[in-house]
Amino acid sequence: MSANMVALAYLVASVFFILALKGLSSPESARRGNLFGMVGMAIAVATTLTLTQNWLLILGCIAVGGIIGAVVAQRVQMTAMPELVAFMHSLVGLAAVFIAVAAVNNPVSFGLPEILPGGSKLELFLGTFIGAMTWSGSVIAFLKLSGRMSGTPIVFSGQHMLNLLLAIIMIGFGLWFFFSETTNWTAFIAMTAIAFILGFLIIIPIGGADMPVVISMLNSYSGWAAAGIGFSLGNPMLIIAGSLVGSSGAILSYIMCKAMNRPFLSVILGGFGSDGGSVAAADDGVQKTYRSGSAEDAAFLMGNADSIIIVPGYGLAVARAQHAVKELAEILHEKGVNVRFAIHPVAGRMPGHMNVLLAEAEIPYEQVLEMDEINSDFSNTDVVLVLGANDVVNPAANVPGSPIYGMPILDAHKARTVMVVKRSMAVGYAGLDNDLFYMDKTMMIFGDAKKVVEHMVKAL
Amino acid sequence: MIGEIDPVIINLTVFVLAVFVGYHVVWNVTPALHTPLMSVTNAISGIILVGAMLAAGPTETDWGVWLGAAAVTLAAINVFGGFLVSQRMLEMFKKKDKKGNV
Repeated sequence: MSANMVALAYLVASVFFILALKGLSSPESARRGNLFGMVGMAIAVATTLTLTQNWLLILGCIAVGGIIGAVVAQRVQMTAMPELVAFMHSLVGLAAVFIAVAAVNNPVSFGLPEILPGGSKLELFLGTFIGAMTWSGSVIAFLKLSGRMSGTPIVFSGQHMLNLLLAIIMIGFGLWFFFSETTNWTAFIAMTAIAFILGFLIIIPIGGADMPVVISMLNSYSGWAAAGIGFSLGNPMLIIAGSLVGSSGAILSYIMCKAMNRPFLSVILGGFGSDGGSVAAADDGVQKTYRSGSAEDAAFLMGNADSIIIVPGYGLAVARAQHAVKELAEILHEKGVNVRFAIHPVAGRMPGHMNVLLAEAEIPYEQVLEMDEINSDFSNTDVVLVLGANDVVNPAANVPGSPIYGMPILDAHKARTVMVVKRSMAVGYAGLDNDLFYMDKTMMIFGDAKKVVEHMVKAL
Repeated sequence: MIGEIDPVIINLTVFVLAVFVGYHVVWNVTPALHTPLMSVTNAISGIILVGAMLAAGPTETDWGVWLGAAAVTLAAINVFGGFLVSQRMLEMFKKKDKKGNV
């Protein structure tokens, strides 16, 4: 195929990718969007195949990878989506590094001059170091999300200085690579190795609760890695698709940061703000009293209510209680109660995770509302049932001077009755006591979210 | 004029415009579909497969080709895994749609 034909086919594929993302603007068009994405990818791959000679090797590798991917996609639990996404980010990062190394080894096969010009070296440097950091960062994120590694932040003194120092050394090797007349493998390998280490170091201080930001950020990195390789190879397909993914991940990180009221830059730069979570709230020394009740009491109250809003949180995902909750919602619905779900943007462990969990439990998505859509309705609601959420319903966010002041919350405290299902009175991620739990209209129900909800279903 | 422009500048132009397109398209994605958005973009970032194929392409087999072949395998996991898991998730949103309308 001529170079012009290839470029045109890549353009068509790019348009399909844009349509794929556009399709996700509503659940009705989303499946068609996904299909567009597949078509785009098929066009891009088929076009590229005409530029290569090793068809047998390439198609064999695609088949092997494709089967692994298909099996994983079929078997993965919806609660494990964050791990899967982190795992796949790491693959993109590693692939980017492999390609860059292959390009340094044999530039001619990529249509680059035998002796790499400065511009190509710079682009290879960028693609490699973003790819390497994406890989190691995603591996840590994967280990943390899947519970193979503790979610507690690993912090030590001089951490940021060390990262800065390593970054400077890495750039130093990059410059050495850039200014060497022949291919300088020592500089290239040293730079890549440091980028791998930096990826680890940047993610380890970030705590488990910050994972929605981390995972969006790595999503963004994986896109930039692809775009970086696209620059190195002068391939517009990689540049376009990579930038689409990169900006998508950046937007998601921004949305997550805003929902947690955390400065965007501090998270992007590697969890500078994450130590804030460990600062305990000042204890005013007064023993506050709260009211606790049983699942049966709660079921009785809910059975007599006209309207209920359920606020699901991280605790629900951990307890895998989504199916029990669906049963509860159905029974209440049959009793003529208006049941709705209120989703905070950071509910779950990745953006939109809670929506998928509720969708998996076959809860109609018309009943599942975003924070902005439902917040004004809390004051006319009889019962709010908070399931394993804490900071996102803490009214302290409205009090100037509070550490979480300014964080958008679900106004659960405005409802007539509040019921909170929680394991204990322990503080949430922000390390703050939640005044909602001590209000006169609040009833605390202690226990595992799944068991409590099952008891409620039985009692109804 | 176009002939005199360094290809890097043309690539940069494409890059900046693509970032803008991505920015505007993604803001329109409904928050309920942010997880499928992630898995779809994950699959799209599997476009690195194109680069991997070029690395595995040459017939004179040296270790660079094997590195390329490894990258093809990794990227293919991403492409297939990403699109198929998105499909699976989006089916769930469909099922409920039907029930919700009944």
